[in-house]
Amino acid sequence: MQSRRKFLAGAATVGAIGLAPALSGCASTTRSAALKGKVVIVGAGYGGSTAAKYIRDWSNNSISVTVVEPGDAFVSCPVSNLVIAGAKSLQDITVSYDDLRQRHGVNWIKSTVESIDPAKHTVKLANGDTLQYDKLVLSPGIDLMFDSVKGLKAANESGKILISMKAGPETLALRRQIEAMPDGGVFAITVPPTPYRCPPGPYERATLVAAYFKQHKPKSKVLIYDANDKVQSKEPLFKKAWADLYPGMIEYIPDHKVVGVAADRNELQFEVNDPVKADVLNVIPMQRAGVIAQKTGLANMNARWCGVDYQTFESAVHKDIHVLGDSIQIAPLMPKSGHMANQHAKVAAAAIVSMLYDQPVNPHPVVMNTCYSMVSFERAIHVASVHQYDAEKKTFLTVPGSGGISAGLSEIEAHYADAWAHNIWRDSLS
Amino acid sequence: MLRKLLLTSLLCAAGVAQAAAPVVTPSQSLAATCYNCHGPHGVSAAAIPSLAGRTSASIVETMAEYKTGKRTGTIMPQIAKGYTDAQIQLIATYFSQQKP
Repeated sequence: MQSRRKFLAGAATVGAIGLAPALSGCASTTRSAALKGKVVIVGAGYGGSTAAKYIRDWSNNSISVTVVEPGDAFVSCPVSNLVIAGAKSLQDITVSYDDLRQRHGVNWIKSTVESIDPAKHTVKLANGDTLQYDKLVLSPGIDLMFDSVKGLKAANESGKILISMKAGPETLALRRQIEAMPDGGVFAITVPPTPYRCPPGPYERATLVAAYFKQHKPKSKVLIYDANDKVQSKEPLFKKAWADLYPGMIEYIPDHKVVGVAADRNELQFEVNDPVKADVLNVIPMQRAGVIAQKTGLANMNARWCGVDYQTFESAVHKDIHVLGDSIQIAPLMPKSGHMANQHAKVAAAAIVSMLYDQPVNPHPVVMNTCYSMVSFERAIHVASVHQYDAEKKTFLTVPGSGGISAGLSEIEAHYADAWAHNIWRDSLS
Repeated sequence: MLRKLLLTSLLCAAGVAQAAAPVVTPSQSLAATCYNCHGPHGVSAAAIPSLAGRTSASIVETMAEYKTGKRTGTIMPQIAKGYTDAQIQLIATYFSQQKP
């Protein structure tokens, strides 16, 4: 068994760089005899990884899947606020892509996509290669709209003001800024107008930074400047956490839309209100569909998000391109979350297998969302929803009476939050 | 090398044999909505309970109790209400057929 696994590992690596005559012989024979189509997947976050796995599994490995991903490993955005607060390491939220490649036979190309030709069904890569596809899956995540906050691009590039909405080096850099901040300092985070990636994310981050301050820098403060008129997710529970667990530490300021930063003075500038200074600024700008989705003309909704047919996640603009995750125009009450991207991917994977086999697609897809937020190092809260496809309205609708939020700040749910992370990582990547 | 070639042809043969018309059943698709929390195919590796290998009747009964409020919980009473009884039956059948 071990030797077979080793052999498969070798095959994946050698096959990827095209140096195995015996194997490529097999591949071409198999392709003509049995392979039902070629799928190229762009981006291996929650959406792309899950799609790769399930297209392979549900087609009994009869569909070839090639992933194009620039990262060395999967780094989870969910749970990354615990890294910022110092309770977990980046290692704890990093998962290898090896299982997708070795257990599921996914071809892997470490690169990025330069351009897509929807008519020719080709993808041009930064490494110069061109890939042909029958079906293309785009799960490119978000693009940060630096134009929405003057001065942010330069301040972010210099490392002075961090955003940390993509887990990785910026997660650690923000951790270091918070660690270096003196006791009695102020951490200010800004929330962009909805919709944005992970609705509870900024509030969870503010709360966990306060949890760290409470233990290590008790004279410090957290300010939340929200462009929206209220907390966008789990509102009563976050407010309860702020009042009960961090009295006097967290100040929530709604209706404050940040439009500029002055990095040299550590200053936030707002649309209407007076500027504010803080020791550490975490500015989250507006967002839109990932760059490649825009370049391909797929972001047809407000020039920001990609409209899709929710039954298959096929783009409303180009045939045979399926878009998943944070890049899509959401159905009512559907959050932009990693959990949801995984669920989009399963609906799309089943549809792609059916379409490549000329079978009817599932007429009644269902997706659901579960999202835990930590409000201290011991307690968590959740929001959950179930979305059934409505064939008449051609959208997903939440089921009346279903879904909801936690009854309170829960210790057992902190264990569930941890279990959720480990199980969804296994589901998406192993 | 000979061993590699032999393995290669075996794998090729397996690939061909497996390629006959896969169908993603409604059971599979519905059950897959549960994997994020309960683990792939209902096999959990953490504090959330596994569903694989439970009897269909016990899953159906538990979900019915969550729906009516007879059974309390943190998140499942809210999620159970999002699925129809027919969908729950399909999900329960799928998990009852999985190895724990």
